[in-house]
Amino acid sequence: MAQKKIYDTQGVVLKHMRLGEADRIVTIYTVDRGKVRAVVKGARRVKSRKGGLLQPLSHVRVSIAEGRNLDQVVEAETVTSYRAARENLALMSAGLYFAELVDGFSIDGAVNPSEFHLLVGGLDALDRARDPERIARYFETRLLSAAGFGPEIRQCVGCGMDLPAGDHAFSCTEGGLVGAECRSRCEGPFLHASMNTIKVMRFFQAADFSQALDLHLTEPLMGNLRRVLGRYIAHVLEREPNSAEFMRLVRPA
Amino acid sequence: MTGEGYTFADPVGRLVEEFHKLPGIGPKTAQRLAYHLIRAGDDESRSLADAIRAVKEQIILCSTCANVTETDPCRLCRDPNRDSSTICVVEEPMDVPALERTGSYKGLYHVLHGVISPMNGIRADDLKIPSLLERLKGSDVTEVVLATNPNLEGEATSMYIHSLISPLGIKVTRPARGLPVGGDLEYADEVTLGRALEGRQEF
Repeated sequence: MAQKKIYDTQGVVLKHMRLGEADRIVTIYTVDRGKVRAVVKGARRVKSRKGGLLQPLSHVRVSIAEGRNLDQVVEAETVTSYRAARENLALMSAGLYFAELVDGFSIDGAVNPSEFHLLVGGLDALDRARDPERIARYFETRLLSAAGFGPEIRQCVGCGMDLPAGDHAFSCTEGGLVGAECRSRCEGPFLHASMNTIKVMRFFQAADFSQALDLHLTEPLMGNLRRVLGRYIAHVLEREPNSAEFMRLVRPA
Repeated sequence: MTGEGYTFADPVGRLVEEFHKLPGIGPKTAQRLAYHLIRAGDDESRSLADAIRAVKEQIILCSTCANVTETDPCRLCRDPNRDSSTICVVEEPMDVPALERTGSYKGLYHVLHGVISPMNGIRADDLKIPSLLERLKGSDVTEVVLATNPNLEGEATSMYIHSLISPLGIKVTRPARGLPVGGDLEYADEVTLGRALEGRQEF
């Protein structure tokens, strides 16, 4: 029998599902191979070492044997387990939301290191127990750009003219802001985006994590950002992410 | 499932298909089981059919703990020797016999029938969490043991239930995380080993 080809990689476990008696299939978002799926034999047994390591939201280094149908994890070790993030419900729910978004925005085998580094950065920020809401808004803005769906927030999507400072309408279908004159020519539904929401999104598009997290956001501003980004993401994914509801449910008051 | 040009006789095909729907049964095993029953005596297939029918007709969920039972309330909820001030919350009915085999627990149970899985859209209301809260309100329960599986979904579920129960002033505990009996230390994963060290006990 031909020797199985084994490759080494590292990535973040996005999700897992049960397989057969005691196995699991894990989906790992890797830096150099994009999204990969592999079987973890015996992962659900109490004495399984790999089962404990390959939990969702863990950053792991793995050796994977290529199989005819499904690949198989032969070795695993933790890079970061993000324990603080997974032991707090609000932080963990945000982490799962990030994982679901990366899973939804990525195609099997398509390599996108900037998405990978964004995911690791997001989990790092959560692990330092920073405000999950603010991290989530930054993550959403940057993930949309990294995945090629970055909204147009400087010029009108209808006519291409620079938009004056002020509140504008955001069209999910057109993928950006629409000036008042172009509204009749553009497809709705339109969401209201306040001037400050637009400013924050522009700032997020260029800022790194620590700059973004230093920004103070009032609750009305956060609400508007959440609505615009949430609706646009649901439009791009053609469904509302499942974990978004849980994140809202456990959001700290 | 069948080779080209050849199909099973209708009743056999139907049986193979039914077996194939069961968890862990592939097409080959389904065929093997079906042909085993064809070869086996009448008694064997009839007793299997009866057992399947009985489980569906006679098994209900206990209105107190949601465990599978043939009487309501179930045997455990009715037992006067069980400690009714402690409730152990588990994911599945199969976890109850596992805990009973330890012989270390004398309280009552509450079966959730699943775990919260945000990514798969399974919410608290899809589980027996509302009935747990109902059960706790105004009861003499002093301790709730959250024995969900020690994985991410299990932890999420426990943390969520904890957030709902703690305002009721009931003590919430969970089984220790640690080293499995008979294992080697060097093969333990970091998270388990870390938790085991934190929960170390005096000799």
